[in-house]
Amino acid sequence: MGCGTSIAVENQTRPSETDGSIKQPSPALTIKAAILIQRWYRRYVARLEMRRRYTWNIFQSIEYAGEQDQLQLSSFFSFMLDNFTQINGNGPDLISHLLDSVVDPLTEEVRQLKQEQIVVPESYSGPHLSFPLSVTDTNALLCAFKEEQTLHGKYVLQLLYETKKFLKQMPNVIYLSTSYAKEITICGDLHGSLDDLLLIFYKNGLPSAENPYVFNGDFVDRGKKSTEIIIILFAFLLLYPDHMHLNRGNHEDHIMNLRYGFTREVMQKYKTHGREILQVFQDVFSLLPLATVIDNKVLIVHGGISDKTDLDFLSTVERHKVKSALRVPKRSIDDLSVRACSRSSSRHSGRSRLDSPHTSGRTSRASRRRKKHCTKQGSCSSSSSSSSSSSSSMCSPRVSSRNTPRRPPPSPSLPSPTDVLQVPFLDSFVSLEPPEPPREELEWQQVVDILWSDPKNHNGCSLNAFRGGGCYFGPDVTQTLLQKHGLCLLIRSHECKQEGYELCHNGQVITIFSASNYYEEGSNRGAYIKLGPELVPRFFQYQVSRSTRKLTLHQKVRVAEGSALRALKEKLYAHRSELMAAFQQYDIDNTGRISTSEWAQVVESVLRLDLPWRTLRPRLARLGADGNVEYKSCFEDISLGELIPPVTPNLAETLYRYRTDLEIIFNIIDKDHSGQISIEEFRQTWKLFSSHLGVAVNDQAIDDMARSIDFNKDGSIDFNEFLEAFRVVHKLDVKEQQQG
Amino acid sequence: MADKYNAETIITETQKRISNAFDVFDHESNKTVDVREIGTIIRSLGCFPSEAELHDVIAELEEEEPTGFVRYEKFLPTVTKILLERKFRPIPEDLLLQAFEVLDQQKRGHLEPEELTKYLTQEGEPFTQEEMDEMLSAAVDPDKNVILYKDFVSMMTFDDSR
Repeated sequence: MGCGTSIAVENQTRPSETDGSIKQPSPALTIKAAILIQRWYRRYVARLEMRRRYTWNIFQSIEYAGEQDQLQLSSFFSFMLDNFTQINGNGPDLISHLLDSVVDPLTEEVRQLKQEQIVVPESYSGPHLSFPLSVTDTNALLCAFKEEQTLHGKYVLQLLYETKKFLKQMPNVIYLSTSYAKEITICGDLHGSLDDLLLIFYKNGLPSAENPYVFNGDFVDRGKKSTEIIIILFAFLLLYPDHMHLNRGNHEDHIMNLRYGFTREVMQKYKTHGREILQVFQDVFSLLPLATVIDNKVLIVHGGISDKTDLDFLSTVERHKVKSALRVPKRSIDDLSVRACSRSSSRHSGRSRLDSPHTSGRTSRASRRRKKHCTKQGSCSSSSSSSSSSSSSMCSPRVSSRNTPRRPPPSPSLPSPTDVLQVPFLDSFVSLEPPEPPREELEWQQVVDILWSDPKNHNGCSLNAFRGGGCYFGPDVTQTLLQKHGLCLLIRSHECKQEGYELCHNGQVITIFSASNYYEEGSNRGAYIKLGPELVPRFFQYQVSRSTRKLTLHQKVRVAEGSALRALKEKLYAHRSELMAAFQQYDIDNTGRISTSEWAQVVESVLRLDLPWRTLRPRLARLGADGNVEYKSCFEDISLGELIPPVTPNLAETLYRYRTDLEIIFNIIDKDHSGQISIEEFRQTWKLFSSHLGVAVNDQAIDDMARSIDFNKDGSIDFNEFLEAFRVVHKLDVKEQQQG
Repeated sequence: MADKYNAETIITETQKRISNAFDVFDHESNKTVDVREIGTIIRSLGCFPSEAELHDVIAELEEEEPTGFVRYEKFLPTVTKILLERKFRPIPEDLLLQAFEVLDQQKRGHLEPEELTKYLTQEGEPFTQEEMDEMLSAAVDPDKNVILYKDFVSMMTFDDSR
């Protein structure tokens, strides 16, 4: 209070300048002015920091929610696998057929021969590779990709076949030494961001005998240049097999690729050979080593560890059999001699469990056991009878990328068996030891734990309740494992960190993440580690900037925030009916307004993103004159684009919400990647999906819609066009673009 | 139904605002925040304390044996009081402008980066080099290489109120 008044007074009494000399203001005044500016600026920066933080929270929450969606999708696949043998009424099990890798009648040798016969046209102006690769080839690739060229499919296939040959003779765990090189560079997730890879090479030099690298997984998906990155990495791998090392990440997985963009990218860039390329990628990914150890002291894996992790066992695993971490090896009925019902209580105490409508196909160890043991009751379907040759089911990925899950996951309510089963036998019960899980499952579990786990700050190892592998591991688990194998440090990736890296577990675990601006321009830095013989990690950070003019901190925050808020508004829009119904419950007199409290409560209960809604409210909804929230205003900014099929708003909203899932399903059904599926397939799939979700959709409406999408009336739908209809337009953006 | 403004509502609303802000910085979801973030949280709630005033608040919030963390149970009542008493009131735009004008003795309408740096890193509650660099990055006009403080103040105040 005092500051303001005194400055004003002193200004008036200050004599005006008459001479030309530079007058200094009185010291007291200067100090007051300085303090004022400093106070004000610090508060400005704090506001900026708050905005940056909640922007980060928004991105993470939505990513987390997206993974929940993946869970939905996976459980849908399981549902289909277990309950529907055929969709069309004839032919083999469609779903298994869909999910299984394409059974190619040709042997590998024949395929390779065929690939050699591919002719590269004269008109092709991209790089040509010659095997064995040399530095000329890698340089050519780097140059070409910088200029946005694409490597011809023939060379991609050649590269992949050579890589596959090479990886086959690599062990699961690679042991490196720092004694021959100055330092080893360790990079984390790249996720298709070529700019980041090029920046790393620029700052740190290209891989070579003097400059060895370890890339810790997640090279593909999300970013638009996944193919370029993987080509470069494989090329260097073949060129410097002793100095270039790649660990498998959870995104080196063909089922993840279906959802997160790599499959789409390959099919778009390689129209002729895409399918075969993807096929070989499937094999190559599963052949990537799982772990790297430096100087017998530092362990590098993509995700993390669990209390079951054992490096010796890991070394013996047949890693190529785990094509996808999302497919759990199912137990066959022969594994058990007796089926019985378990009556013990859940071992996941402390975790809240909600009823899931579908217990069949759940793949957690516990639920699978229950399924086996409860067939008498008929409450679970018998999994083995419905699926065909490949006996596996889908499971869902890790749910949260945070230390503790922010909300209780919708896990199946299951009484999971403890160590002893009570088996009804005649009039009494007999105790039985539960059978040992088969080796295949144990191996799968080891791999999934390595690829999907996350560290957390509390002791213990808590399983993700939906699946049998991957967990949250505490400092005690880290300590135990490191001690067991005489290690001193665990380096992992898998989680985006604002500074590109983060230490936890008393410095025993380092997370290294190399995709800068992962969520949005300015959202985070990328980093890499350099490790020398003294094994003290040095961190190097960077951030790719797309614009030539350097953005100030303020601008970066504003851009990132804008993007996060747009994503959030889309979420609100996707749940519009639910939200409106809930809002209106508070608005009995139909004024169109409710209190901030009520608004925040409703939004959280529907979206369940655990975000600071009060802090966000000014950005999402308008206040009326009476200080209450005009709840309809949070939908104002968004409008659905031009709708091709005439649909009710309700259906539009549902389709909008699930369009990503539908896209994946369509892509799976569309085996030859033609962009077309038959109307019948569309109808059936949609009916299944909506019944699984419990969404009430009028059959007639779907039929009408399907027919109306089929423009040339030939019985097939171009689903990409169909999905295009469900893009949203942000009106404010359009306005800004028009003005700007 | 919409609440009428009364004392109770104001207190509850204020507390919920505080809770929201606290949660943003509660990384481990265990109702604690790093003591070094207290300044950011309080300022983001609309307060303009000086560094000295902030130190006093932190001293009040810290545990008997400082752990480096502040618990929500202590944070809430203290900060509620601060907000309700409207301590550390905002600095109006015109006052801020006057402060810049004081430093601009010659009434040029602008300040040289070196001048401003000298004042803000040596006087008052000095900026760190990092703080100074960041302010300059936003304040200095790239063409003229001076700080047009009137524009700067307008832009920042607008940005701040969004």
